[in-house]
Amino acid sequence: MHDTKERSPVEEHLQAWLIAGLEGDAVAYRRFLDELSKRLRAFLRKRLFHSQDHVEDIVQETLLAVHNARLTYRADQPVTAWIYAIARYKLVDFLRAHLRQDALNDPLDDAAELFEQSAEQLSDARRDVAVLLGQLPDRQRLPIELVKLQGWSVAETSDHTGMSESAVKVGIHRGLKALAALIRSQQ
Amino acid sequence: MKTDDLVAMLAAGAEVEDPRYVEKRFAVALAAGLAGASLLMVLLLGVRHDLMQVMATGMFWLKVSFPVAVIFATLSMTTRLARPGRSAGPGWLVFAMVLGGFWLGGLVTLAAAPSELRLGLMLGATWKVCTTCVALLSIPAFGALFWALRGMAPTRPRHTGASAGLLAGAQGLLVYCFHCPETALPFWAIWYSLGMLMPAVLGAALGKVLLRW
Repeated sequence: MHDTKERSPVEEHLQAWLIAGLEGDAVAYRRFLDELSKRLRAFLRKRLFHSQDHVEDIVQETLLAVHNARLTYRADQPVTAWIYAIARYKLVDFLRAHLRQDALNDPLDDAAELFEQSAEQLSDARRDVAVLLGQLPDRQRLPIELVKLQGWSVAETSDHTGMSESAVKVGIHRGLKALAALIRSQQ
Repeated sequence: MKTDDLVAMLAAGAEVEDPRYVEKRFAVALAAGLAGASLLMVLLLGVRHDLMQVMATGMFWLKVSFPVAVIFATLSMTTRLARPGRSAGPGWLVFAMVLGGFWLGGLVTLAAAPSELRLGLMLGATWKVCTTCVALLSIPAFGALFWALRGMAPTRPRHTGASAGLLAGAQGLLVYCFHCPETALPFWAIWYSLGMLMPAVLGAALGKVLLRW
């Protein structure tokens, strides 16, 4: 269906960074998420003119969703289409919870539009993910805080907390899923 | 937390990920579903005593080919729908063709049979329990598949739930074939289809709730 000969530069960059990220390259993965957040932000600002103060929240929620879904990406699929489907799913969720039915008319027209522009963050998110993180049980919160925020290795975290290394990894994985569920339940 | 900090958090400690994650998770679910159904069948229904003899007949393998073909079609659909941005693919068409083929076969059999035998060809001896048994045996697969899908990101929960339910139903049916004594095409076309449809309807209904992420 999708032509490889007509791949946009955005598609190429994002895909290369995501694939490198899935192979363990944290720098590339960060670039991917950075670029993605700018694109999402610009797009949502244009779309959600009545709820500008929610833009950053949805950007963050979508980033978390993309991260949690990263293992469902297949290298033979355009990364823009994959992200678009996730962003659309999250945006429709938000609109359903916040807006009247008539605002539901196709929130995103196509993947290309999502990747037209990019924007730096100006406003803060209204919801503080750090606060939600604090609500997670210790077995999830500690691994996330130590590995993902303090930059410890899994082994160090395992030593410090007395959890096994696989429990640390599982804790991070489940914790980030639980975080997404907490965000969803707040809507 | 600022978005930059969130990005840094998500990217920190990136590890080498398993590129076959989706396939492996489905493989586990499929194995668990079939094992669970087999266990249920042995415990509750028992294997048909003449299995060895009927396994030598073409009709038995034709019967088994029904759920097997549906499993292939719906597995392809379900694994596609588990990934954001992918359509169900050609699985629906294959499923429709398999179902249509068996129904056509059933109709032809009925048309060719003398009228006094037709009711028997449709109802067999076990029509009252067949659908329930198939649905019952599909419960382990249903649970396993929804577990697998909850680790993925289906963006069309209703379609995905229906497809997974149908897949679970086909697994239940496959195992049930080793118990079910019926040998008539019209019977299979009616009651086996209904048996697979039940978990499919349930899956479609529960998809929105169970497959949110």
